[in-house]
Amino acid sequence: MGHKTFDRGIHPSYYKELTSSMRVETAALPKTVIIPLQQHAGAPCQPLVKKGDAVQEGQKIGDVQAFVSAPVHSSINGKVKDVDLAEHPNGSRVLSVIIDGDGTSREWKAGGAPMDTSALTPEFIRDTIRDAGIVGMGGAAFPTSVKLAPPKGKAIDTVLLNGCECEPFLTADHRIMIEETDKVVWGLRALMKATGAANGLIGVEENKPDAVEALKKAAGGHSDIRIIVTETKYPQGAEKMLIKAALNRKVPTGRLPLDVGVVVNNVGTAAAIFEAINHKKPLIERIVTVSGNGIKEPKNLKVRIGTTFEEVINQCGGLAGDAEMEVLNGGPMMGVAQTTLTVPVLKGTSGITVLTAASIKPLKYDPCIRCASCVEVCPMALMPYRLGDYGRTARVAEFKDWAGLSCIECGCCAYVCPSKRPLLQWIRVGKLRVRIEAARAKK
Amino acid sequence: MGLLLIISAISMGVLGAGLAVFLAFADKKFQVQEDPRIEAMLGLLPGSNCGGCGYPGCRMLAEKLVSGEAPQNACVAGGMETVAKIAEMLGVEAAEHKRMLAVVLCKGGYAESERRATYRGEATCTAANLTGGDKSCTYGCLGYGECVDACKFDAMAMNSNGLPVVFYDRCVGCGACARACPRDIIEMHPEDHRLFVYCRSRDRGAHAKKVCGVACIACSLCVKDCSVQGGITIKDNLAVVNYSLAPQNDESTRRCPTGCILSGMEEQVTKKNFYASLPRQAG
Repeated sequence: MGHKTFDRGIHPSYYKELTSSMRVETAALPKTVIIPLQQHAGAPCQPLVKKGDAVQEGQKIGDVQAFVSAPVHSSINGKVKDVDLAEHPNGSRVLSVIIDGDGTSREWKAGGAPMDTSALTPEFIRDTIRDAGIVGMGGAAFPTSVKLAPPKGKAIDTVLLNGCECEPFLTADHRIMIEETDKVVWGLRALMKATGAANGLIGVEENKPDAVEALKKAAGGHSDIRIIVTETKYPQGAEKMLIKAALNRKVPTGRLPLDVGVVVNNVGTAAAIFEAINHKKPLIERIVTVSGNGIKEPKNLKVRIGTTFEEVINQCGGLAGDAEMEVLNGGPMMGVAQTTLTVPVLKGTSGITVLTAASIKPLKYDPCIRCASCVEVCPMALMPYRLGDYGRTARVAEFKDWAGLSCIECGCCAYVCPSKRPLLQWIRVGKLRVRIEAARAKK
Repeated sequence: MGLLLIISAISMGVLGAGLAVFLAFADKKFQVQEDPRIEAMLGLLPGSNCGGCGYPGCRMLAEKLVSGEAPQNACVAGGMETVAKIAEMLGVEAAEHKRMLAVVLCKGGYAESERRATYRGEATCTAANLTGGDKSCTYGCLGYGECVDACKFDAMAMNSNGLPVVFYDRCVGCGACARACPRDIIEMHPEDHRLFVYCRSRDRGAHAKKVCGVACIACSLCVKDCSVQGGITIKDNLAVVNYSLAPQNDESTRRCPTGCILSGMEEQVTKKNFYASLPRQAG
């Protein structure tokens, strides 16, 4: 019998075997960390420290009053070297706190068994999550506490944990599900308690049978938790696709999962929630998959937030050779190419993929032949060939009319295009133009 | 056989005559009365449909001018001559029309701000800007010439240093280049503005200087040298000229350590002398 899935999508090569069976290693303590005050979707934080201040690991160093936001914390003990603009993986320069470490670190643990989730109040869970600066760790980095506070009149019946990890090369979530299974399940129960949801689901692609096994064992005692095994297909891990596969519900255009009674969180987020509540540990480190044919020793590394890509790559044996490399923040499908290695690992950095430039075909594209391959694979049922042209030719109004803003940027269209047209890049250009136009209109 | 031909000819003739009468009637009955001035106004406008006036094209502006919704000096591309003609037609006094010019506020070309990565994607500025661009300066000109492509008046070109050049003999001030630039480097200024800070970097001086040889490092020497208090201010690590106060001469530019603040509209490049200055290609 076929596994559950969504409509359309593609089957790229996954290359997961490079790191999928490697235990998570803890990276060496970084000497300097660069912690951007914007690592989440929403309002940027204001710095709470200034140059010369001594900071402790886990100390809050930035926060803001806005509803859609999450505080940031120091990931090491040390001294604030500067509060200045610094390179951010999104390509711009963002106000960041730069901390020189003193080489010491503290332990985060609590004696005894984990707390009983049923004894906690939803408010306590939400506030702890907000205070710990937890954001969606799958990549979009949306503040988790905001997801757990639905507007009045919207009931949530299901919490869906996302363990699909459909992006090629990345295995961070896979390892979390195997090595921190109990934390994931505990986090799910906390999320169910916080939202009042009766059902807990964990969606995993069928190419991770060991994770499914482990989760089934850990969740065995809870009748309200089910493991959903989905087909291995890209982009199964996009939240709207996962909701379709797991619950057969469709999120309307421009709406959120909570409009259909669902909250989706990454498995890594669930594990972070466990640590935030039981160990009082804010989100100061995360698991990053460092992979690709440009890396000497691909690894799953537990890295402090703010460690530069350069340091992370050096801990994986460095770059394989002196040839030109393409370094991506994320995987090859959705990742964004970096222009410098001084950018830091963020809360939403699930992987660093390094490919040799020689293995990437140069951009050379032909005219659109109207084959509609892109339309056939678009999981959001958009018209990528059209949106691409609207983005390229700056036809902003039409781009919006054809729902360009609903694009989830999965890149299936560009992947299948026989003319090798850079459709995703054009659509991203279109989205950027919409933002630029809106900003200019405000002025 | 002959009869069939005659019947066909007559029936078609009658049908044709009937429809002709109907069309003649419809033409009178449903005639759209358009102000004849719109057509005449359209004749005065440049017809370039540049969009500089804010309307989708020249015809739209002609309608708005006739209906009085648009100010008579709305057309930026036509210059004073067109404004005078429009005013004459509308029977009003010609309003003052300041010629606007595009000013490229970045001097960091390939020579001044090096490329720190190889960009292989779509060769347009907005596309390159998605990843932050391949230049070390994240505020400077990306050099893929989207502004040049946007110019409908053949008034721009990229120079050998990877920076756009505006031909001031051809620029009509429609602002298409300024709208095309994803980094807001091009600004539209009235012709009488002379003093410009050719930098957009909001980085602190030390970093700005590291990535570009002609960056504004916010040293505030120009602020001190400006004879009018508040004529130049520093905002976000960048010198900002207050055009209503600052004298448009070179008094504040002399001590600038990087030479990013200059007086005088950028060498007054014309199309002819720009192309004449290029090295001749073989053959």
